[in-house]
Amino acid sequence: MLDINPGLILWTVITFLIVLAILRFAAWKPLVGALTAREDKIRASLQDAQEAQQQARALLEENRKQLALAEEQSQRILKEGRAMAERLKTEILEKADASARHAITQAQEEIQREKEAALIQLRSEVADLAILAAGKILDANLDTAKQRALVDAVIRDINKG
Amino acid sequence: MAFIGSPAASDTLHAAHGAKEDLFASLLHHVQDSHELDTPFGHIVLPQLPSFTAGGITFDMSITKHVVFLWVAAALLILLTGIVARRNARRDVPRGFGNLLEVLIVFVRDEIVIPNMGTAGVKYLPYLLTTFFYILLMNLLGLIPYGASSTGNVNVTAGLAIIAFVMIQAAAIRAQGLKHYLAHLTGGVHWVLWPIMIPIEILGLFTKPFALCIRLFANMTGGHIVLVSLIGLIFIFKSYIIAIAPASFVVAINFLELFVAVLQAYIFTMLTSLFMGLGMQAEGHEAAEGHGH
Repeated sequence: MLDINPGLILWTVITFLIVLAILRFAAWKPLVGALTAREDKIRASLQDAQEAQQQARALLEENRKQLALAEEQSQRILKEGRAMAERLKTEILEKADASARHAITQAQEEIQREKEAALIQLRSEVADLAILAAGKILDANLDTAKQRALVDAVIRDINKG
Repeated sequence: MAFIGSPAASDTLHAAHGAKEDLFASLLHHVQDSHELDTPFGHIVLPQLPSFTAGGITFDMSITKHVVFLWVAAALLILLTGIVARRNARRDVPRGFGNLLEVLIVFVRDEIVIPNMGTAGVKYLPYLLTTFFYILLMNLLGLIPYGASSTGNVNVTAGLAIIAFVMIQAAAIRAQGLKHYLAHLTGGVHWVLWPIMIPIEILGLFTKPFALCIRLFANMTGGHIVLVSLIGLIFIFKSYIIAIAPASFVVAINFLELFVAVLQAYIFTMLTSLFMGLGMQAEGHEAAEGHGH
């Protein structure tokens, strides 16, 4: 147990070195290799997952931004459309109003003109009729000078009335 | 330790009930190395190989009990890790025993090698993994019936420590370069003090593996001697009633030994890694003196 036995030391060294030589290639190399490969794979997968998550988050953010933009745009378009409609409405109304007013004025002017023409015609008709009537009456009992004064008086009366 | 349930052990114990010295001699027999092997199928006398002398040292290359368990542990280790390596290669996620082995490998790499040696130490991972699992298996073999802990023999731990010594120096030379490594041996003092400093530094190189050797050997032998002594109490008192106490203690100590077997494999590996790591950093030498377990 405690006595020195160089032969046993030598056996130990030889056995250990043989075991080391065999295990190095038969066991440790494949075992540690598989281990490191798996660790690398896990690390890579984790990194991939993280990247994917980041990408997804960026995409989501982008989507949200786009959505907000679209919302804003639609709001603006709506507002513009409404404003435009309002403007068109007032414009059309104004135009219609103006044309109506124009038509009324024209009609009034026409009426006025017609009335005046009618009046003038009526006046000359009446004068002719009066002269005719007066002539007929005076033909019977009046001289021309008297008749003239009478007619003028009648015309004056008509003009007044 | 092959005494629990071993007919051979109880035979010798009965025969030795007379003198206490004889009893303990035969009890210690089971901790000691021998040229015989007790198996469930009988007694095997192991072959004695011729010894040879080299450099004034006689190497007795006989196959002793501890050499056999050295080989049993080696064969088991190669078989188990080989099977697991093949099985794990076929699966994306290892299961069962493959998972356990992988957990231990990750433990050695992430808790022992990288904290002590940095990522540069990963190239020494095969050596440290082999050290850990080989010592662990040798320790555990001592806890099964008819088994023996080769690590309970100081020559075996000396052999492991010699390899650790070589690895520590190799790691230091590889990381610092030979010139820097030799300069480090002077301790950085004035050249007048070199005759004192250099022997001290060289001695310092040897104390670390020496401590590794003694620590592992003493821990494994100590636990077994405690077990042997407790079992011995049964044969001293020769009473079934009293036997209950030592027997229950033995069970408890066996669990403790199970823990110690793992702990000592861890400590040997951790300290080897630490010493290698210290050698790999240029300024690490002084800090190494402060260790202790």
